[in-house]
Amino acid sequence: MMGKTIVEKILGRAAGGEGLAPGDIAVVEIDLTVLIDTDFFPSNWRNVTKVANPDKVVVVYDHRMPAPDRETAEAHVAGRSFVRRFGIKRLHDVGRDQGISHVVVADNAYALPGMIMVCEDSHTCSAGAFNCAGRGIGGPDMIYCITTGTTWFRVGETIRYDLAGRLRAAVSTKDVFLHMAGRFGDHTNQNLEFGGDGLRYLGMDARRTLTTMAAELSAEFAIFDPDDVLLDYVRQRNPTAVFEPVYPDADAGYKERRSIALGEIEPMLALPDAMVNNTIPLREAAGEQIQQAFIGSCANGTLDDLAVAAKVVGGRRIAPGVRLIVTPGSERIHREALKAGYVSALMEAGAIVTNATCGACAGGHLGVLGPSETCITSSTRNYKGRMGDPSARIFMASTATVAASAVTGVITHPGEFLSEVVA
Amino acid sequence: MIAGRVWKFGDNISTDLMLPRPFMLRPPEEQKLAVFAATRPGWVAQVRSGDIMVVGRNFGTGSARPAARSLRNLGLGCLLAESINGLFFRNCVNFGFLAMECPGVSEAFEEGQSAEVFLDDFTVLNRETGVRLKGVPIPGALLELMQGGGVFPILEARGLIERIPPH
Ligand code: SF4
Repeated sequence: MMGKTIVEKILGRAAGGEGLAPGDIAVVEIDLTVLIDTDFFPSNWRNVTKVANPDKVVVVYDHRMPAPDRETAEAHVAGRSFVRRFGIKRLHDVGRDQGISHVVVADNAYALPGMIMVCEDSHTCSAGAFNCAGRGIGGPDMIYCITTGTTWFRVGETIRYDLAGRLRAAVSTKDVFLHMAGRFGDHTNQNLEFGGDGLRYLGMDARRTLTTMAAELSAEFAIFDPDDVLLDYVRQRNPTAVFEPVYPDADAGYKERRSIALGEIEPMLALPDAMVNNTIPLREAAGEQIQQAFIGSCANGTLDDLAVAAKVVGGRRIAPGVRLIVTPGSERIHREALKAGYVSALMEAGAIVTNATCGACAGGHLGVLGPSETCITSSTRNYKGRMGDPSARIFMASTATVAASAVTGVITHPGEFLSEVVA
Repeated sequence: MIAGRVWKFGDNISTDLMLPRPFMLRPPEEQKLAVFAATRPGWVAQVRSGDIMVVGRNFGTGSARPAARSLRNLGLGCLLAESINGLFFRNCVNFGFLAMECPGVSEAFEEGQSAEVFLDDFTVLNRETGVRLKGVPIPGALLELMQGGGVFPILEARGLIERIPPH
């Protein structure tokens, strides 16, 4: 019999058997369910009478924090009363523990190797950096999951990506994603599995950018091989956690195996309105004028991102007529960036550093775009209308590119600002 | 068997286009009026009950927002796609909106033609051209949810959520 991929093993174990193959439906118990503020909007939420496992539920308010309008405030009130009624212990409300759900999950190592985790939000595949089968499932499924403690998955085929070598200066895993979106297109109904000797140069932030952005490839799960970088991180952040890392079999049955030479990736850019089959090398579009530059989101609001941004803009000034908005992924990252001096470097240059939230990424507050404006963003999506007016154009690139562009006022290759390797 | 008039859309259509951000806090009856407001304004007014959407690859990519509910609430009878984003497919199942993957469907139909969809053998027929295609079978339990109004009636019947009038 053919060997198993990581996802086939995790789902197989949870479904109480070893025999899962692509096409099967796995009915599984959920190890962790993460609710977010949008779950509690009146048009989405239903009053539940029972929660299967309150200890396996985490609630994180993230999309609109602190509440920018009455509807959101109402949703937050509904969530707090749900948390009280069912004795949920982990609520990330306005304050010290605030952050974007996928980032909070990473900060606290709630996602563990071998675990099955669900959340409404599409970028839940982010947790795959932790060797965790995390998946966004939508609002109604969340209500099913918290009340029954179970869910189902269609087992998809897996594409194996072997990452080889090391990224060059001023290139990041965001560029790797943009390269994949352009070269390989969508991965609908497929899992991505990442491994290879290049892993040892990639920290958890860099890995999370890749697994998070896998949502834009329409991947089912996006998951990394476990290694010491991961296991050390988890043990440090969540010392009492019990878990079992899952490795793929050497003869696992992949639909395809692809190798990416990290050293050959160059800074990339997604043109407005789409990422899949819509990316080009940055040098081909340099010079385009911008009005807004945004650094943030669950994919690129990491400490690494704030460090790179600070390095690019440090000692310089944002170009006149450009707004640079920086939104850390969590308040924990925000505090670490403060201590490291990144926040003051950004502010001195003229950036606005906001509280942690989805903010401009979701187009709800803190940087909504007006008619015909041009923005370059390191967040997750550039769909028409995503960040505000549908006539606004949204280019997507790495944080280094966004920061370099904010300094010059036009889309700019970050090479001249950075000479060391950036993960 | 389900039959209806065909509307065509392309590849990689995101839920942002079907449920734009400013409508996310509005009631579902208003949300449905904003489907494709930026890319095909006026379309929702032309949709008749039972119409069928024929779309390209990777339909429903992006955000988890409940865009499938808007398609259902517009009265569309069915979605036929080259491929469907897995999260969007879950929302179709859970909101009770029939959606099937059917390779080749995009090429087989012109807008305005009529389609027949057979759920006993998961085939699709173009009434005008006679072309018949094989869809990807939908597992029985999921098809039951799609046809039975989705997951909320079941949770209500089991007493796991409070009953409210459906939206
Ligand atoms: S940061 Fe953006 S992509 Fe990530 S969860 Fe928030 S809105 Fe979604």
